[in-house]
Amino acid sequence: MDMNQLHFPILTLITFLPLVGAVIVAFISEEHEDLIKYITFGFLALDFIVSLPLFFYFDPSTYQMQFVERVPWIQSLGFQYYVGVDGISLFLVLLTTFLTPLAQLSTWKAINRKVKLFNITILLMQTGMLGVFISLDMFLFYVFWELQLIPMYLMIGIWGGPNRVFATMKFFLYTFAGSVLMMVAIMALYFLHHKFTGVYTADMVKLMQSPLPYHLQLWLFLAFFIAFAIKVPMWPFHTWLPWAHVEAPTAGSVLLAGILLKMGTYGFLRFNLPMFPDMTHAFAILIIVLAIIGIFYGAFVAMVQPDIKKLVAYSSVSHLGYSMLGMFALTQSGVEGSIMQMINHGISTGALFLVVGIIYERRHTRLISEYGGLAYLVPVFATFFMIFTLSSIAVPGTNGFIGEFMVLLGAFLAKHIYGILVAFGGIFSATYMLTMYKRVFFNKVTNPKNLGLKDMNLREWLYLVPLVLFVFWIGIYPSTFLSRMRVSVEHLLKQVNRTTVVEKAKQEQALVKTVVVKKG
Amino acid sequence: MKVILLFVILTPLIGFLINGIFGKWTKPVAGIIAASALGISFILGLFPIIAVLKGHIVEYTYFTWMPLKEVVVPFGLRVDYVSAIMLFVVTFVSWMIHIYSNGYMAGDRGYARYFAYLNMFVTAMLILVLGNNYLLMFVGWEGVGLASYLLIGFWYEKSTAADAGEKAFVVNRIGDAGFIIGILYLVYYFGSVTYSNVFPRAEHVLGYGSTAATIIGLALFVGAVGKSAQFPLYIWLTDAMEGPTPVSSLIHAATMVTAGVYMVARSNAIYSLSPIAQEVVASIGAFTAFYAATMAITHKDIKRILAYSTLSQLGYMFIGVGIGAYWTGLFHLMTHAFFKGLLFLAAGAVMHSMRGLLSIDLMGGLKKYMPQTAILMVIASLAISGIPPFAGFFSKDAILGKALEMGHPIIWIIGEITAFMTAFYMFRMVFNVFYGEEKVPGLYHDLHTHEAPKVMTLPMWVLGILSIIGGWVGIKFGSHIPIEWFITHTAPTTEVAHEAHYPEIVLMGISVTMGVSGIIAAWLIYIKKIITAERIANTFKPIYTLLANTYYVDEFVYCCIVKPFWWVSTNFLWKIVDIILIDKGMVDGTGWIAGRVGKGLRVLQTGFVNNYAYWISLGIILLSSWLLFVKII
Repeated sequence: MDMNQLHFPILTLITFLPLVGAVIVAFISEEHEDLIKYITFGFLALDFIVSLPLFFYFDPSTYQMQFVERVPWIQSLGFQYYVGVDGISLFLVLLTTFLTPLAQLSTWKAINRKVKLFNITILLMQTGMLGVFISLDMFLFYVFWELQLIPMYLMIGIWGGPNRVFATMKFFLYTFAGSVLMMVAIMALYFLHHKFTGVYTADMVKLMQSPLPYHLQLWLFLAFFIAFAIKVPMWPFHTWLPWAHVEAPTAGSVLLAGILLKMGTYGFLRFNLPMFPDMTHAFAILIIVLAIIGIFYGAFVAMVQPDIKKLVAYSSVSHLGYSMLGMFALTQSGVEGSIMQMINHGISTGALFLVVGIIYERRHTRLISEYGGLAYLVPVFATFFMIFTLSSIAVPGTNGFIGEFMVLLGAFLAKHIYGILVAFGGIFSATYMLTMYKRVFFNKVTNPKNLGLKDMNLREWLYLVPLVLFVFWIGIYPSTFLSRMRVSVEHLLKQVNRTTVVEKAKQEQALVKTVVVKKG
Repeated sequence: MKVILLFVILTPLIGFLINGIFGKWTKPVAGIIAASALGISFILGLFPIIAVLKGHIVEYTYFTWMPLKEVVVPFGLRVDYVSAIMLFVVTFVSWMIHIYSNGYMAGDRGYARYFAYLNMFVTAMLILVLGNNYLLMFVGWEGVGLASYLLIGFWYEKSTAADAGEKAFVVNRIGDAGFIIGILYLVYYFGSVTYSNVFPRAEHVLGYGSTAATIIGLALFVGAVGKSAQFPLYIWLTDAMEGPTPVSSLIHAATMVTAGVYMVARSNAIYSLSPIAQEVVASIGAFTAFYAATMAITHKDIKRILAYSTLSQLGYMFIGVGIGAYWTGLFHLMTHAFFKGLLFLAAGAVMHSMRGLLSIDLMGGLKKYMPQTAILMVIASLAISGIPPFAGFFSKDAILGKALEMGHPIIWIIGEITAFMTAFYMFRMVFNVFYGEEKVPGLYHDLHTHEAPKVMTLPMWVLGILSIIGGWVGIKFGSHIPIEWFITHTAPTTEVAHEAHYPEIVLMGISVTMGVSGIIAAWLIYIKKIITAERIANTFKPIYTLLANTYYVDEFVYCCIVKPFWWVSTNFLWKIVDIILIDKGMVDGTGWIAGRVGKGLRVLQTGFVNNYAYWISLGIILLSSWLLFVKII
């Protein structure tokens, strides 16, 4: 029944290979910094290569979990080591294995304290992030969810900026508050499922069919909602994000924006939608309203930020608003667009943090007012920055457009007004990104400190070019990605609509009966 | 044919990639690469055009771009009666301007970058024109916007240029939002955005006079208003003159800004279902035509005069496509591309030899130094003024004639008045620049003013010839007007409604009179000086001030929209809502409450066992009594 076309525990390998790397790095002496960097990068790159079969052997014709591994863990309690991917998680796993090596590459110069610990941290984080996306057992999911929190905590707390202690505390407490709620909800779900079916299980695929009554769904939905909404972050749970981003080192920001935030949106897709379909329908409007507020609010506030990283952080609030909007539009294009938007945001915002990191590394400031005229001094860098800017403001031909258009279409088909309102969002994203670009790259060079700026070096080329390729690949030929998520999303929507369908059928039957009775 | 058609787009794309990526090395030959790419593209484009002349429609699908469940968007190209004419205009005029740019941009630091952008623009413009569905048109639509942004801000060291580029992009995005909404409605009603799927079913699905048709028509038109710089989204176009002059010629006169006209003409199947949408299109067009002309009269900067004149002429085109005779709009689009392209190139030649000076107050008598440019400028001005047998006469007359014929007398009157103003402001410029005496003696000598090099005059002559003969396809030939037959082909225009015949010769006479009297007026004021311009300006001081400041629209937008918006975002949304209310209030407040509660509870933790025992027994009592009560009740 469990599908594993490779007959090989590939997901385990992908997930734990970085952990092996971490152990090996731990045994290397602190002095061999270069060796540590090479080995870490080697493991991360290898991890990416090992993850490629997932893409090539993935069967797009089924919604079943694929590459499944299932080993009993605590049998009496129904806990298992149960992992697998479907069309929803496939690209998140690949995005993680793709982005992390690039992020690590960006730290070779930028991180010069406790290099060994940093690389161990990044490897551990990789294991944690991948674990979240492949887990199909609730408790396993929770273990990984908490596991990746710690490396992020360390990353900001040790290698962060001047306000790092405050930022880490805020980040940790805020997301941890969400995690605790999620833990309670997971326990409740576990026991309630037992109450209604007599089976103790933490199997998420099974729980998606759990027959929970309406009033119980409410509290569980809310608990998960808060946990994930903080992580996304949705408006108004977003204020930890600018803090964390501004203080985090470049690699931290890249992974935070690129992967960690997606755990929130992914959580919605795995828990809230399929497990609590009634509540999903009931809360859809509320969440859509929050998402739309987030889209505009994020854009407006991003526009007036003096700090580039803060600007990009607020733009994330806006972009993930699109993702949430598409998801709760509950239409095929909407949900597919939501997933596309997650991938796109990982690529373009990840890339934006990388390029911001490049000038930060040279000038040690992120204030827009410190720059100006950079296009004259560092033309190649300006070009890369421009490409990612365009991707971020969703110019057709880049990846951003595909995601935004699909979300717009999905939202429009759910209710015209959603699509119409959000269509105007593009005006503001163009405003904040291009205004920032203008201030940094155009006009005359006024600040003499910028005069000695060096253009990009080989290492920087190496980690930006792959991102550029994806910007255009997704923009020009998105079929590669869409075809693999189609069936899984269809199945997800079927699950979301199941109760409504059942209820409708019941109502119809009742109607028929009364008619028959009356006639009789 | 399939491959040829694809390469019409790919050649400029390849040119873009070569100059864009290897610009460092191709710099000396960048112009040649780019211009040859366009030459090849033009020649390849002739094949499908010939096929269309023979009565075929050329359409190929290359791959599926977006296979969504609700709509499948192909990447396909289509050359039919409407797009063939655009294909010709775009590739040909672009080619000429690429050649011209070789001379104009020589020695610029960003030579390769310039040609890369220019090729990128043509690629996007061709996708816009040739795409076989609305979403692909949107790709080109934003693509040309991007190219325009990059080229306006080409000299980015100048802050005005950088600002103008951004303004153009953002204002266009307002229009684009409308376009996208239109596309969403199309998907909703048709489940498709492909022309060959939408248009034949349009009447059946939407119905004549339906709200749906009106909504789609108006939403799409919002896009057109943005891109074709109609009222009120025209504010970006005059600032766009910050870009290099060939760019103004190609993008902001001949091709990109006409995209809106093309889109409305393309969608004629939808507009013909909605009289309201048509009325709106024609009215906005007429208003913009007049409104922009008033601003052109007082301006002193050659390029800005031409920019306002472009707005005005685009207004004419929208009258044409709005009243339902969409071929007239496309016809004027074509002739306008020739003469307005030429006007800008000639202005560029003047700028080139005047070291960038643009004010008509500094010139005069330039004919002696630049005889060819002077002749060409006069030809183009005669064309735009609607003097027969120059090109503009036929197309403008076709639009105004149709307007009257189809029952829009007010639009006709506005159009004729605007025609007078057009002739006046054009010849005001011509007389001030090329005739009369030198206003600043010795200036030309100091600047070494001279005729433009051959590489610039040659393309100007080509456009000059077309500005003369380009309109002749509008002469009635037997029972057909060739251009009408070519564009409408099978489907006749919807002329049934208000068919009313006015003697054509009278109408033509009125039009010509308007043009000629405009020229005479300019001659009397600026050459004969029977009354000086200053005196007129002083007599009508308030009006003059209003016009010279272009109705204070830019100031209004800045003071009443941009500034408050920034203020609210900074001081309210960010500093109050985000930092104080949400972060300090909601988030830290929750933490603070948790802290207080913890502090309060800490009092209970005394460490004395008897205290704990006391609380435990109290708890037991309370719990059991609660249970008892609940159980009993």
